[in-house]
Amino acid sequence: MGALRSWSADQQVALLFVVLFGALLLVSGGAVLVSLRERADAAEARHQRFARDLRAVWVSAVVFWLAWMSGPVGATLLFGTLSFLALREMVTLMKTRRGDHRSLLLAFFAVLPLQYVLVANRNFDLFSVFIPVYVFLAIPVLSALAGDPERFLERNAGIQWGVMVCVYGLSHAPALLLLAFPGVDGRGAFLLFFLVMVAATAQIAQELASRRLRRRPVARHIDRSFSGRAWLLGTGAAALLGAALYWITPFKAGQALVMAAIAGGSGTLGDFVLRALKKDAGVRWWGNTSSVTGAVGLLDRVAPLCFAAPVFFHSVRWYFQLKP
Amino acid sequence: MSRADAFGLLLAFIARLITGAQGHWKGCPPKAEQRIYFANHQSHLDWVLIWAALPRELRATTRPIAAKDYWTSSPFKHWITREVFNAVYVNRQRSDDQDPLEPLIEALHNGDSLVIFPEGTRSAQGLPQAFKSGLYHLARQFPQVQLIPAWIDNVQRVMPKGEVVPVPILCTVTFGAPLTLGELDGQPEDKAHFLVRARDAVVALRPPGSGERPAAAAPPPAGPPPPPATRRGPPEPSAPPALASPPVQAVLPLDGHA
Repeated sequence: MGALRSWSADQQVALLFVVLFGALLLVSGGAVLVSLRERADAAEARHQRFARDLRAVWVSAVVFWLAWMSGPVGATLLFGTLSFLALREMVTLMKTRRGDHRSLLLAFFAVLPLQYVLVANRNFDLFSVFIPVYVFLAIPVLSALAGDPERFLERNAGIQWGVMVCVYGLSHAPALLLLAFPGVDGRGAFLLFFLVMVAATAQIAQELASRRLRRRPVARHIDRSFSGRAWLLGTGAAALLGAALYWITPFKAGQALVMAAIAGGSGTLGDFVLRALKKDAGVRWWGNTSSVTGAVGLLDRVAPLCFAAPVFFHSVRWYFQLKP
Repeated sequence: MSRADAFGLLLAFIARLITGAQGHWKGCPPKAEQRIYFANHQSHLDWVLIWAALPRELRATTRPIAAKDYWTSSPFKHWITREVFNAVYVNRQRSDDQDPLEPLIEALHNGDSLVIFPEGTRSAQGLPQAFKSGLYHLARQFPQVQLIPAWIDNVQRVMPKGEVVPVPILCTVTFGAPLTLGELDGQPEDKAHFLVRARDAVVALRPPGSGERPAAAAPPPAGPPPPPATRRGPPEPSAPPALASPPVQAVLPLDGHA
């Protein structure tokens, strides 16, 4: 461990990726071996689900690696594109009307690029109020100018919400890469990695726990598997992993534990909330195995990150009194 | 690669970026056969969407219909329809000595596939208007050409009438099973009946619970929508001609358009 600390930041990050992809390769190799065995239908279905989740992890690992490789500009562009695709999917699920056209144009072609430009420039102060303050006012004004009062509140709330989740939330992921911690410059990748790992762990642990526990679901009509205890277990698992990973972060072990719990817990709650949204929109399958809107299911993948990233980012900034 | 090819690829990329332009081949596989695709028409983007949803190999031989006066009025419009889309030009003004279907027939004789919007005009409402008779005449003259119904979903939200910049919203194009001209007592199916059947075949492809629909035209939900798996079967059986009064007909008057 001591030798590792003397390495340069770049070397440490490189080691991180070697370990990450090595572990993924091992798991995938194991999955291939398991898939050779004959199984009953139930086990087959379970394996299919696992294989799908594993693919998603691969995709996110590659995205993460690309984000690091391409530097601040590349990372911003990459997450900007993800934001665009996620928002596109979210808007597809909404019941927008003709009068929303201008507001949507504003959201897609002005707000989204501007927010990411602010990230790339590290204007963290403006970045954290741009959407909640300025865009919050601008969108309903444009909608009102379009002159369509029908379901005005509902439509505007929908657009606001989509922008908050898909643009504001997700833009905090590249912001983490650029957040300057005193004394640990160039290690933003570790923070993002930490966030993604704990969010994913919380998600997986919660899923496993709810399958094992078979508790009464809190909200049966939204998610048949979500229960309070499963959520606590997921958050706890995230916290433990966070504490175990404290050495890659600027935190001390206790701080890492709390931060991981915050990120993991908000990620799984965000996922839960998005399930409610999809139910409302009439999409019955999570992950879009059968596509109703033609949506590709990207939103499902980034949902935990959309909620975990801003909470995590602002917790870190507030607690450590970081100035841009 | 020529400039037109490159421009075509760029256009297809933009269409996919904005709308997804997903092709769902529910009733037939995408194959290099001679076909007439006929679809609902809600927006200027409809053609680009179908075109982008087709596999790249099929795009070169699948041609749209373009109004000659409008699409040759400026060099760019002319270039894009001629070089990129390989459009079939038709005259909108009907002259006595010429059949308006003449250019289409010529294209079909050449072995090309066509995309037509049999409503003849764009309808902003949820359901398509009555079909015009051109489709019927083509079906009679070219029995060997497959008639593929297609439903373009959500596109009216991407670019409502009067707007110029599209909003990114996912759209799908659902392709159904081929339709054939039926026979009744040894006689070929009559025109009105076939056109209603063709329109129903298009409407039947509409995904459940999609898009914004005017409240008046929305059909009452009859129980939970069936899972998509069951809709994959052959959706259009060769319907017995006597059964031609689907509920959708009550919504729109059919007279005066055919």
